[in-house]
Amino acid sequence: MINNSTVGQNVYLTILCLALLAGGCGQRETLAAIGDRTQELRLNNEGEPSSLDPAVAIGTIEHYIMLSLYEGLVAPDPKDLSLRPGAAENWEISPDGKVYTFHLRKNGRWSNSEPVTARDFVESYHRMLMPSMASQYSYMLYPVKNAEAFNLGKISDFGQVGFKALDDYTLQVTLHSPAPYLLSMMIHDSWYPVPTAVIKKHGAIDDRTNPWTRPENFVGNGPFVLKEWRMNSHILVERSPTYWDAKNVRLNKIYFDPTESTDTAERMFRSAQIHSDPQAPPSKVAFYRKYKPNLIKVYPLLATYFYKINVTRPPMNDKRVRQALAMAIDRHAITETIMRAGEEPAFFLTPPNTAGYTCQTKVKEDVAAARQLLADAGYPDGKNFPPVEVLFNTLQSHKAIAEAFQAMWKKNLNINVVLHNEEWKVYLDSMRHLDYFMGRAGWNGDYVDPSTFLDMFLTDSGNNETGWSNAEYDRLVRLASNTGDRAVRYDAYQKAEAILLDEMPIIPIYFYTRPRLIRPSVRGWYPNVLDQYDFKSIYLVPEDN
Amino acid sequence: MADSTPMAMVEPAETGGGSSFWQDAWHRLWQNKLAVFGLVVLGVLAALCFAAFLWPKITGFSYEQQNLALGPAPPNRVHWLGTDPLGRDLLARLLYGGGISLMVGLCATAVSLTIGVIYGAIAGFAGGKLDMVLMRIVDILYALPFAIFVILLMVFFGQNIILLFVAIGAVEWLTMARIVRGQVMAVKRQEFVEAAHALGLKEGRIIFRHIVPNLLGPIIVYATLTVPEVILLESFLSFLGLGVQPPHSSWGVLIKEGAEVMEEYPWLLIYPGAVMALTLFSLNFLGDGLRDALDVRGSKD
Amino acid sequence: MLRFIARRFLEAIPVLFIIATATFFMMRLAPGGPFDSEKQVSAEVRARMEAHYGLDKPLFQQYLLQMKHLLRGNLGPSFKYPGRTVNEIIADAFPVSLELGCEALAVALAFGLAAGMAAALKQNSAWDHVPMGLAMIGLCVPTFVMGPLLISAFALHLDWFNAAGWFFPRDRVLPALTLGAYYAAYIARLCRGGFLEILNQDYIRTARAKGAGGARVLFKHALRGGILPVVSFLGPAVAGLLTGSFVVETIFGVPGLGRYFVTAAFNRDYFMVMGSVLFYACFVVVLNLAADVVLVWLNPKLRFE
Repeated sequence: MINNSTVGQNVYLTILCLALLAGGCGQRETLAAIGDRTQELRLNNEGEPSSLDPAVAIGTIEHYIMLSLYEGLVAPDPKDLSLRPGAAENWEISPDGKVYTFHLRKNGRWSNSEPVTARDFVESYHRMLMPSMASQYSYMLYPVKNAEAFNLGKISDFGQVGFKALDDYTLQVTLHSPAPYLLSMMIHDSWYPVPTAVIKKHGAIDDRTNPWTRPENFVGNGPFVLKEWRMNSHILVERSPTYWDAKNVRLNKIYFDPTESTDTAERMFRSAQIHSDPQAPPSKVAFYRKYKPNLIKVYPLLATYFYKINVTRPPMNDKRVRQALAMAIDRHAITETIMRAGEEPAFFLTPPNTAGYTCQTKVKEDVAAARQLLADAGYPDGKNFPPVEVLFNTLQSHKAIAEAFQAMWKKNLNINVVLHNEEWKVYLDSMRHLDYFMGRAGWNGDYVDPSTFLDMFLTDSGNNETGWSNAEYDRLVRLASNTGDRAVRYDAYQKAEAILLDEMPIIPIYFYTRPRLIRPSVRGWYPNVLDQYDFKSIYLVPEDN
Repeated sequence: MADSTPMAMVEPAETGGGSSFWQDAWHRLWQNKLAVFGLVVLGVLAALCFAAFLWPKITGFSYEQQNLALGPAPPNRVHWLGTDPLGRDLLARLLYGGGISLMVGLCATAVSLTIGVIYGAIAGFAGGKLDMVLMRIVDILYALPFAIFVILLMVFFGQNIILLFVAIGAVEWLTMARIVRGQVMAVKRQEFVEAAHALGLKEGRIIFRHIVPNLLGPIIVYATLTVPEVILLESFLSFLGLGVQPPHSSWGVLIKEGAEVMEEYPWLLIYPGAVMALTLFSLNFLGDGLRDALDVRGSKD
Repeated sequence: MLRFIARRFLEAIPVLFIIATATFFMMRLAPGGPFDSEKQVSAEVRARMEAHYGLDKPLFQQYLLQMKHLLRGNLGPSFKYPGRTVNEIIADAFPVSLELGCEALAVALAFGLAAGMAAALKQNSAWDHVPMGLAMIGLCVPTFVMGPLLISAFALHLDWFNAAGWFFPRDRVLPALTLGAYYAAYIARLCRGGFLEILNQDYIRTARAKGAGGARVLFKHALRGGILPVVSFLGPAVAGLLTGSFVVETIFGVPGLGRYFVTAAFNRDYFMVMGSVLFYACFVVVLNLAADVVLVWLNPKLRFE
């Protein structure tokens, strides 16, 4: 008679054995160690890229991969973001600061062995500015003469735009007014060249769904070429033999992992599947800094976390209320107990020492003065203060900060704010339509210059979203954009930011840092505020254990 | 053993609605130790959670009070279960969150119960074309992926607890309707119903005096088993960020937050996890016990 | 039986149509659109992008266009991933979810049926309480807790597996276990319940009283009836299992379809949402039909209604 308990027993034991076999016992070479040996850098890239076409891609996820696939006219030194020659060997700037002449390398090659010419650059910028391309970063080219007009469809002859190929290897860029930060801007993706001849072979030049970026079709001028792209699985790039400086590229391959979840990525780092995870989960940062400091590097980023205030909606239309709110919070408590990744509290908008500019005006944290301001505004001790909402998108850290502020404002000003969290798109929609009281916001600088922050609050800027408009602020910021004299510019920015901090359409909270997990086998990598990788200089050295 | 008289077999309702059946069931339930255990645990937990508003008066900690300077602390004499990263007392949040989770569970189950029973009874009893149309509607709703549907609901109507009940109840009633319909159709054919028909009793009376009491068994059982599913669904919504909103807590929120920091601050997962598991265990044991006790077909002596 | 199947397929068509219509209008009416981003685009760029995808046309016209495309099987482009079509994304991700789902189902059936049968045969003994207790754990611990716990124990501390990824055969183990745990528990309970019902029926007790052995009783009489509730449950459950679980795929880094269900809705990727919903709906229809057919085959007393 078959005993049914043995049947069950056997089933359990079999499954247990299978699991053990599948697991295998003892050491196996980790993926990171294999990578060390074969010079394959494995990185977490925080998400699946939406596109690898510089005219279509818009985020940091895409940016990090494109850093390996393309080379712009200039390249940033990873240590201090100073500008070195890239695809251009050298360049001259005219005395009035409006004409830049770039001399391209004669040995610059696309990955299909075609030479990289000045025409290629002109055609790329033409494509970028085509209205039908609907490129979201086309505004990065606006310092160039007539670029904006062409992009908005006001003129239709690209010949009038300030890009000219003087000959095969000489590119001339003419601006409408001097822009001393132009070279800094040129490290951005929007200034990369694309192989327009190749693009046309696969479809219309301005079709964003053109399949030219598929691995089998891809052509680029960077140190690496696209080898594999499996959605939500991985992207693999391999060294490009046609790259002009290939002999100085030490990595053989780079593997980009698109895991979005910071917890999953950290676990992958811990089990040595990847060499670096750019964003350690906040709860683990303190742990790594204390117990495994050789695995984590924390460094400041060119990015600010702040709240936007809708100045069109009472009681927020009263400047005193806004100032009171900004003064009655404790930023150190936030950075030290909630964020705990070495963030600096922010008392102004532009991160300190941005291209040598540091704002001299600061928000003062002063509860007594805040209470007085609130009383002056008609709400002594918070009496009759209407219920106000803090809007944020669903994320643990935003929630924690909002909760902390809620408690602080209650304690210090005796007012009740309501927390309202919305799903990401709804939140964006609400912010865009000014359907909020106070909303969480963040801004990553696109390039190293104060204008990338202060341009946000021009009256007609799409990123303003506060309803705040100040004619003097507009005048100062535009003045700074149109002059080449650094002293004059920074003086204007100081005055403008002072106005911003007096009127307070925003509450600056902290400056971002990167808590990056990185294995010691990765060499030649340096932290910088734009978190740029210089894949040419990175290499791997197997770890001793 | 109490016998039914021949008269009672024709009109079982006349002797008081099958009271001996229910007494038997209760007796069987009481003998099932696990089910009793479950019932007791639930009672204690429910009492604790619903009385959570008393807690601050005892210890001075409320569920939303932050203590940023303290930060996350393991269990100690002041905070019996420790604190979370914002310095909030875990015990207070656990009890308050328990109240919310249980309320979500009960209300969503009640919603799904009401809709499901009415819907399923009508479909099952009517049969024919009406039944087909009603069941097709159920199929359509079944075929909508839950995640997308809930996201859209939350997005449309904002995020408040009432909507949470509605969203979850709106998904659970489908299975209840199916079960009720199946049960009604099975009972409809049994002999005592035919006998009632033969005696000339009206439809309404047949439904309410004869069919519904036979439905109660599976309904009670399924309702008891729906509550844990609802609680788990709420925790899934919290994982997506759509569940209960700050500063309120629920078990789903606590477990999600605890899972994220389970290696640094294990108490934040262990206690909420244990309590939630205990509650779900109890509900399941109780449901199983009820099912065993109310088993109409299995004639256990 | 063929008539029954044919009729069900015919009935499915209006069902799918209604689902497509409801999804279309729900998505379009939700606040926020596919082109909202933190760095806001200028009004001109937004207008051009919307025109490119036909989003500037009147709503009803877009609806008709979408229906026309759907009839041809064209699910449209993805907004979030320009350059990829929805058909392509689903074709790429579905086999992964399918594989994971089948493996989880295998785990669930193996554990669940074995535990359920053992528990039913030795009711109220250790063989009943222990597996049922374990089953409780599977039911009461959410996957987003179970997953990290398993990873922490087996991948990070014991180093038997990778923490995430889907490349080597061994990568399948932990996700399958995590995904299958809940279903294993449910199946164990259903199976136990179904078997108990059969075992307590008079004809089984008669057979046992006559001295028929445990195994013969089990396989000859009870199996068909005992599996009934499991089949009923599996019908719709398998649809969810095979089209992927968002939680498990996120935690283990599995490039499957389940993630898209959630992210597409969050991204307002209209065509992706429509594609996912219809794909899932077709699955549910087919699996429900399969479950009904199996039910009747198992228990001829039920008729095709």
